[in-house]
Amino acid sequence: MTDFFAMNGYGFYVWSAYGVAALALVIEVRALRARRRAVLEEARLVQPEAAAMTGAGE
Amino acid sequence: MAAALAIAPDRTDTAWPALRWAVARDVKLALRSRAELGVQLLFYVVVASLFPLATTPERSTLTLIGPGVLWVAALLASLLSLPRLFAADHADGTLEQIVLSPYPLVALVGGKIVAHWITTGLPLVIIAPLVGLQYALDEETLSVLAFALLIGTPILSLLGAIGAALTLGLRSSGSLLALLILPLYVPVLVFGAGAVEAARTGVGASAHLSLLGAGLLIACVGAPFAAAAAVRIALD
Amino acid sequence: MATSWFRYSSPASFYPLAGRMIRWFAAAAALLAVAGLVIGLVVAPTDATQSDAYRIIFIHVPAAWMSMFLYVVMAAWSAAALGFNTRLSAMMAQAIAPTGALMTFIALWTGAFWGRPTWGTYWAWDARMTSELILLFLYLGIIALRNAIDEPRRADKACAVLALTGVVNVPIIYFSVYWWNTLHQGSSVSVTRAPSMAAIMLAGMLVMALAAWFYAIAVILARVRIIIVERERGASWVASLREVRHA
Repeated sequence: MTDFFAMNGYGFYVWSAYGVAALALVIEVRALRARRRAVLEEARLVQPEAAAMTGAGE
Repeated sequence: MAAALAIAPDRTDTAWPALRWAVARDVKLALRSRAELGVQLLFYVVVASLFPLATTPERSTLTLIGPGVLWVAALLASLLSLPRLFAADHADGTLEQIVLSPYPLVALVGGKIVAHWITTGLPLVIIAPLVGLQYALDEETLSVLAFALLIGTPILSLLGAIGAALTLGLRSSGSLLALLILPLYVPVLVFGAGAVEAARTGVGASAHLSLLGAGLLIACVGAPFAAAAAVRIALD
Repeated sequence: MATSWFRYSSPASFYPLAGRMIRWFAAAAALLAVAGLVIGLVVAPTDATQSDAYRIIFIHVPAAWMSMFLYVVMAAWSAAALGFNTRLSAMMAQAIAPTGALMTFIALWTGAFWGRPTWGTYWAWDARMTSELILLFLYLGIIALRNAIDEPRRADKACAVLALTGVVNVPIIYFSVYWWNTLHQGSSVSVTRAPSMAAIMLAGMLVMALAAWFYAIAVILARVRIIIVERERGASWVASLREVRHA
């Protein structure tokens, strides 16, 4: 198991590479989730206006 | 504006006269503010003079970095002058009139690009070999520098026009323009500076200059259309 | 046939379709990634010349492939946006840019950490890495232009023109950098050469490449759904969405 992490002495490089790559992907997904929440919240606030507009149109 | 062109608007072959008109107008306007053109040239001279001060006066090093520095300074000088291409006309509404006119926008934009090159690129071609003397480059190298700039600076104007049109009227358009255009300038830089370097080391610059020439042809064919499209997009 | 596909070019009808597609691509990406990582980190043998440092290629090469592939796809959607004047095509292009930039960053970072143990430096000005760096600048330029233009339709078209200008230039840029690099290369060592591909290594790379592709599709579809809601905020179909009505 320790051999796996040591990667024949190159562990620092291999895991820095994979680690930052994984981190980048995680950050992307979480940022998307946060942005989705914010956008849905904004849409919710616009909603009464949209409903009022369709109501006024009829 | 139609009166100045003095052409019957229903003729389809108005591209060439339109281009001539645009070149003449823009060169005339640029020459009215000769100080501005002088400032751009001075910028080039100053930037190129900074590098020896930042590194070393030793001739061997200077000849090594000279080609690169002279070209990068040309790129920066080009970036500095690009906003002028459309901004003034945009500000007073002339650009909109140009777009709305019945004459081919590609020709009018192409004419503006030619005028831009005449007033910014061509002076660089003349001045750069003089500045290049600071870098202890010999005459043959400097003549290759002038020739390479002669082919390369039009490409800078052509590609730069696309960037200038895309960033028309935006906040911090100067830095944004640089970010957009500098990656596209890389091949011009590589082949242009490479040509001078090849001449300096005696290898022969013909390959580099041919590739630059090919780049110029491609840019001539593509860039005016892209720039015209970008101008329309900016004005919609 | 044509009408049934063009039906999805409306943001309102694409939104639920994309939503259904995401989970399949995400699941496939996760499975392929696990399989690829097992192959790359465990099953594939240690290389004779580069020891275990070479295992970075299982993330580096797929990321690099995706960075280039996504740019071309983004350019294709940009062409569609300009040609058909469809909002959704432009939204797709808008959704691709951040993921493309991220893939480029991963390629550069992993490439640097592969370079340090194998040829002694984090950054070597070799043709591929330098072109990859310029590709990152191209992506960032498109994102910057998008952020700089307030009006969405102008931003759509401007970014489309920029993306198409870029895609024409990418081969030229690569060629020029390759030319520049070969002229200046002292030794004849190709610094990004992966160890000669044993079949198992190639398999690992292909599995990871597929995983990266499906991940990118899932993330881009998720992002385009966000962009759709953002830009179509006032529309009644957005107001009637379940996730909007109920917090």
